[in-house]
Amino acid sequence: MSALPSIVPTAPAQIPRQTESLAASLRGEGWRLRTGPFTYRLRSDVPAVLDGLRSLYAGYPGVEPGGFIDFEVEVRRSGGWRRFVRSQARFRFDGTESFEPLPLAQGYAMLEWAMNWCVSTHVNHHLLIHSAVVERGGRALILPAPPGSGKSTLCAALVNRGWRLLSDEIAVVPLAGEGLLPVVRPVSLKNRSIELIAAFEPAARFSRPAHGTSKGTVAHMAAPAAHVARMDEPAPAAWIVFPRWREGAPVSLVPRSRAETLLALARNSFNASTLGEAGFDRMARLVEACECHDFEYSRLDDAMAVFERLAGQP
Amino acid sequence: MSGDLLTPLWRAGPMPSFSLAQWSLLISQARQSRLLARLAVRLQDRGEMAAVPEAPRRHLQGALAAAERQRHQVSWELDRLRVALAGLEGPVVLLKGGAYAAAGLPPARGRLFGDLDFMVPRAQLPQVEASLLAGGWAHEPLDPYDDRYYRRWMHELPPFKHVWRHTWLDVHHTITPPTSRYAVDAGALFAAALPVPGLPWVSMLSPCDMVLHGATHLMLDGELPHGLRDLLDLDDLLRHFSAAHPGFWPALAGRAAELGLGPLLMLALRQLARITGTAVPPADAPVFVRLGQPGALAEALLSRVVRPVHPSCDDALTRAARQHWYLRAHLLRMPPAQLAGHLARKAWMRARTRLDRPAETAPQAPE
Repeated sequence: MSALPSIVPTAPAQIPRQTESLAASLRGEGWRLRTGPFTYRLRSDVPAVLDGLRSLYAGYPGVEPGGFIDFEVEVRRSGGWRRFVRSQARFRFDGTESFEPLPLAQGYAMLEWAMNWCVSTHVNHHLLIHSAVVERGGRALILPAPPGSGKSTLCAALVNRGWRLLSDEIAVVPLAGEGLLPVVRPVSLKNRSIELIAAFEPAARFSRPAHGTSKGTVAHMAAPAAHVARMDEPAPAAWIVFPRWREGAPVSLVPRSRAETLLALARNSFNASTLGEAGFDRMARLVEACECHDFEYSRLDDAMAVFERLAGQP
Repeated sequence: MSGDLLTPLWRAGPMPSFSLAQWSLLISQARQSRLLARLAVRLQDRGEMAAVPEAPRRHLQGALAAAERQRHQVSWELDRLRVALAGLEGPVVLLKGGAYAAAGLPPARGRLFGDLDFMVPRAQLPQVEASLLAGGWAHEPLDPYDDRYYRRWMHELPPFKHVWRHTWLDVHHTITPPTSRYAVDAGALFAAALPVPGLPWVSMLSPCDMVLHGATHLMLDGELPHGLRDLLDLDDLLRHFSAAHPGFWPALAGRAAELGLGPLLMLALRQLARITGTAVPPADAPVFVRLGQPGALAEALLSRVVRPVHPSCDDALTRAARQHWYLRAHLLRMPPAQLAGHLARKAWMRARTRLDRPAETAPQAPE
């Protein structure tokens, strides 16, 4: 893993007065946050978590007092001797610890991962597909892909070039209705993608990078404020594009059959099998409404041009 | 907000009208207790689902979908097990969730599965283990001490996990640890086992034994992460069997006395009377009185231990109660000298693991 250049800005947040209450809520009753259809109550005494939330979640809506909370999430500093030696952050969901602790400095990355985990394992009332989703001109582009395919990098670049962020991780497809639901959250970037996007868009803001995670160095890019403000605006899907980054590859966009697209979506879905027939039908309806492609690229600028053309088509 | 909202729901009577904040807490407690789908089933049966506000209702309906999916998975898993054990001569007795699902017993509705449990005669264990390993199941890496402990002292083999499907299997040769003061003669269980309709290759425990197995599990497992769920399973069985078989209650008392499990059964029944209101009918009560009454301490401890494992349900005594219960269950499982050695060994292994291997996730022998 290459050392990160100083080009990555480290969390100078423009958060004014909310800071005080964020810190106090996190340590006390919990900070109530809504990202699209999902509500969280977050509690933490880990500095990296406060830091990350401060820099990346300033403009997010809260949950009105007495409102429903979908997920109770805690990231806590380990007690006992772990407080002093190799400090750790522990994730608790529904009040119970279900995973191995991570080093304290990875606390914010852990929180982001945990918030995704809550949705991907505990939401079975929408169809969920592991993919990034962006929108332009009222039409959504779904970028499903396994890790390592450059999906999040592509998503981060598109979001900085006129596409609206719906999600970098999970396509939320309501079983009834047409539009995909935004779950606008910071975009997770790994290793070289961090410097790549920082260079691609100098105005982008990032969380402090967490080094040495199971995926290497991880940093999160803030969702643009205008996109956060539109988190309740669904968008119907128009394209399903399977991205693949390959060193030195010329850019190519080739059609993919709907049948193969359906199979690949099923593989990338968190809960299609749980939803059974309803999930299959919804997935089929989604594929029928979309143009489907395979996409390979090595340079972001080339990729942007291809998607620009795609968006320009009637 | 805190308080145990989940436990009081299982008594007769309508669903209380909760605020959204209370619903948030209830969903969290039910999810943690593996009772979300079961709660949904109950609300549906009683025509109360429509009155649930939309946000929590989505979680309940999602849980129903997940439970339905698991039902399919369990029947597929049973079928794979059938193929893997095809050459086996002795009986295969399904236990707990697997038996409930295979026989269509009431606790199967809305039940989430952790693993599939079955029992074979002890002499057949080597053959079963070989068949499972050949069929795609494997043991997770296990400390040699834990492995020996399972095989020598426990009523089951170390757990098996399927290499592709990632499903878990527990293979038992009886229902309580042989070192336990409640050791049960497996021969009596096999002799009373009944066929499972539609699945000629397996059988299940007799109704009385099935209830007694549930009760022993509750009393002898030191940790009860889903104690309330386990009690509600028992409740379903008791209601179902007592309605289906006249004479079930006295038969149950007789069987408990015969297997020496009377005190464990009584403790479970007392909890059910408190939580769901299910009680031995007065006419049958005298035979149960002869089984003996559980101690007040055991009852008080268990009442705390079967609360949802959720911080909102804890009070100042919860931690102490759980620790005490843990020790008590272990004293019922093995003689004190053996227990002291075992716990010391486990403590040492834990400390060593934490120092050496921070991300160890292998399963450990039950302590």
